[in-house]
Amino acid sequence: MDLILEGIKKAFWLLITLDPEVMEITFLSLQISGTATLISLLIGVSTGTLIALSMFPGKKIVASLVNTGMGLPPVVVGLFVTIFLWRNGPLGFLGILYTPTAMILAQAVIATPIVMGITLAAIQHLPQKLRLQILALGATRFQMVWILVKEAKLPLLAGVMAGFGGVISEVGASIMVGGNIKGYSRVLTTATVMETSRGNFDIAIALGIILLVLAFSINFIITQIQQRERPR
Amino acid sequence: MKKWSYIGLFCLFSILPSLSFPVSAQQKNIILATTTSTQDSGLLDVLIPSFAKKTGYFVKTIAVGSGQSMAMGQRGEADVLLVHSPDAEKKIVAEGYGINRRIVMHNDYIIAGPKEDRAKIKGIKLASEAFKKLALANALFLSRGDNSGTHAKEKSIWKTTGVNPEEGKWYQQTGLGMGQTLNVAAEKKGYTLADRGTYLALKKNFGLDILVEGDAILLNIYHVIEVNPAKWPKVNSAGAKAFADFVVSKETQDLIKTFGVDKFGSPLFFPDAGKKEEELGR
Amino acid sequence: MNMVEHVPILEAKNLEVKRGGTILLNIPSLSIGKGEILALIGPNGAGKTTFLQTLSYLLQPFQGEIFFRGKKVETHISVLEYRRKLAMVFQDPLLFDTTVFNNVASGLKIRGMKKKEMEARVIEQLDRFGMSHLSHRSAKTLSGGEAQRASLARAFAIQPEILLLDEPFASLDPPTRESLIEDLEPILYRTRTTAIFATHDRLEALSFSDRIAVMNNGMIQQIGSPEEVMNHPIDEFVASFVGVETILTGKVIKKNAGTFFASIEGQEIEAAGDAHLGETVFLCIRPENVTLSTQFHREATSARNVFTGRILKIAPLGPYQKVQLGCGFPLVAYVTNHSLEELSLTEGKEVRASFKATAIHVVRKGESWKGF
Repeated sequence: MDLILEGIKKAFWLLITLDPEVMEITFLSLQISGTATLISLLIGVSTGTLIALSMFPGKKIVASLVNTGMGLPPVVVGLFVTIFLWRNGPLGFLGILYTPTAMILAQAVIATPIVMGITLAAIQHLPQKLRLQILALGATRFQMVWILVKEAKLPLLAGVMAGFGGVISEVGASIMVGGNIKGYSRVLTTATVMETSRGNFDIAIALGIILLVLAFSINFIITQIQQRERPR
Repeated sequence: MKKWSYIGLFCLFSILPSLSFPVSAQQKNIILATTTSTQDSGLLDVLIPSFAKKTGYFVKTIAVGSGQSMAMGQRGEADVLLVHSPDAEKKIVAEGYGINRRIVMHNDYIIAGPKEDRAKIKGIKLASEAFKKLALANALFLSRGDNSGTHAKEKSIWKTTGVNPEEGKWYQQTGLGMGQTLNVAAEKKGYTLADRGTYLALKKNFGLDILVEGDAILLNIYHVIEVNPAKWPKVNSAGAKAFADFVVSKETQDLIKTFGVDKFGSPLFFPDAGKKEEELGR
Repeated sequence: MNMVEHVPILEAKNLEVKRGGTILLNIPSLSIGKGEILALIGPNGAGKTTFLQTLSYLLQPFQGEIFFRGKKVETHISVLEYRRKLAMVFQDPLLFDTTVFNNVASGLKIRGMKKKEMEARVIEQLDRFGMSHLSHRSAKTLSGGEAQRASLARAFAIQPEILLLDEPFASLDPPTRESLIEDLEPILYRTRTTAIFATHDRLEALSFSDRIAVMNNGMIQQIGSPEEVMNHPIDEFVASFVGVETILTGKVIKKNAGTFFASIEGQEIEAAGDAHLGETVFLCIRPENVTLSTQFHREATSARNVFTGRILKIAPLGPYQKVQLGCGFPLVAYVTNHSLEELSLTEGKEVRASFKATAIHVVRKGESWKGF
């Protein structure tokens, strides 16, 4: 119990004093996971919409693949991204292993199926005739897709939440492809792991609390937006 | 245009800062593969900034077990290794993957266990005797089980006893780093082999005691090895050499000598640059 | 000779839609004139929706050709350009998750109209459909009737040259439906919008259309003026679909308090309701409301309409017998098997038919604004 109280006290102290290292780690976590989520949003929403709107043989198989991808284990992603990014691996020429860029890449790989799956479900959930109605209003194909995406914005927002929540709290892939390098690729989760193994439980708890608060406040903001968009 | 405001906000906090990620030139990056003990003890937090300041190199420290570190070196995925698994080190040097293997420092391993010491090994001089007794008593033993230097050392001690511990239920492999394995041992009131540095760094957190120490076999020697650029042309050999030279320099050796004294009352590592492996522990 | 005036606004030739070997639609030829209102009637699955969606290029692929003002779609005018001349209203309002105003504006936004012009148009339509006070409400909070009004306003905002309506009132409750139809009719006539209107309600078709097309199995069984289709069905199907009731066309010649008299083939029928003198009305009489009797002396009856006629045909229809009479105009009555025997009704026999003035459903054609 003492340990937890001590940790909470330390967490507040670190937060109140705006401890530069903790701030840096927090900011880097936000940057990396935010960018990864944004990338997954671009790829996931466009591809998810495309799959939802097109008719092709094997669509069900593709849909279940996407749904399986929603539960992609981060460490497996980490492993494959690492192997690809090795200096002597197929993408070694990029020279991005153990960089924040590699972490963004891995996290985007984790988040994209989540966003794609939710987009797929959201677009398919819209009334079939809505598509016809939009076309009948004189929309081009592109305009139709854009309007459909806007119609599905609430579930898509949930997709963003799920994607962001998934990657910011993910540790396996981040530590493998980022290397937990101090001041460079050390994020909240990898720092928590390291401080735990260093026996600095107070700092580890502090970082954990910051991670929780962060995840909570971001979800809170998005939920607020969702509530506001609901009918009065 | 409310709906645009949050999309914009999102883009802003995610895209803008990412443009500021350091895009350092390849030549200025070094990948250092090392053991968890050097990172968990905090030694690298002292050495790396000093090295960076001096040479301008950006060191990417990948703290994994000695086994994985050497595998990275063997594949050319690291430039320089700081490891403590002498037999394996000799092998990769012999195979030509590593060059310029130089001694850096040592500390020693200790056998840690619960205060109650159910197997009564406290004070035994020989590590192998102690291990035998643990096996006879079926006392819970936590092994790293991760091919790290510590794990290699532990296996070599078991070898001298003639016991195959992996057959016993009392022998458990954590697959974790040193710090975490010590935590597990403390929680489960088990015995483990640990390097003194990590043990001292973590001591405040748990009630594990040093039960066996001082045997020559428990010596824990760290070497720095440069990865051979002849095998892997992508290796940053200049950076690797600079780092290796740095850790064996007089100034760094002095840093190592005093590291941890203020915090733990005694040093965690003993600088050995220039010495011969055989001279140690005598 | 200048034929431009006579080019139909919409022409379809050899339309055929096949799915998996089944023919869903087969229309050899159809043309619609500017300002005309065509009602498509038929049971569910008759192909009305398929027809409308094919005409608007929403259902693809299909075979055949569509001409807009004589220009072949796809060849002389692109599908998008053509589609932008149309507006379509579905059974469900299908509003977007935004305000009523933005919904009505959506078609214009899609066309990239300038904000000022767009606002003026939207305000005009909201006003026209009596929805100005709901302008800033979220579309999700609207009642069914309000939502369908918004959907119609959205369609009219485009100022379409052709309006396609796919059972737009089918899911509304009767009072809401009536008030919406009452509002829509004058708008349609005033704007002289060409419209194709699918419904399974014959009465809706009667009150709305210049022509009626009866569809079944993807084909048009009969097309013609409402009078023609209702009173001279060309086959069994059309007859059974349009002919559940007797529908008489007449002119109003006399008015009383609460009732009026219409002249049909020289006979006078008294019906409850209101109509202008000289107006053409449809009188719909359900067969079960017609009473047959073989007593010719004048006994007391509250029925205002009593006619003598001859039985033309008797046909069994489930638990009833369907009796077709000629009493100067055609009239259909249902009687039970028991009554048939009791009255010993046979073809060629003379009987007395009576029905109440309040049992007549009056459908006014085009109403006052259309003029006569």
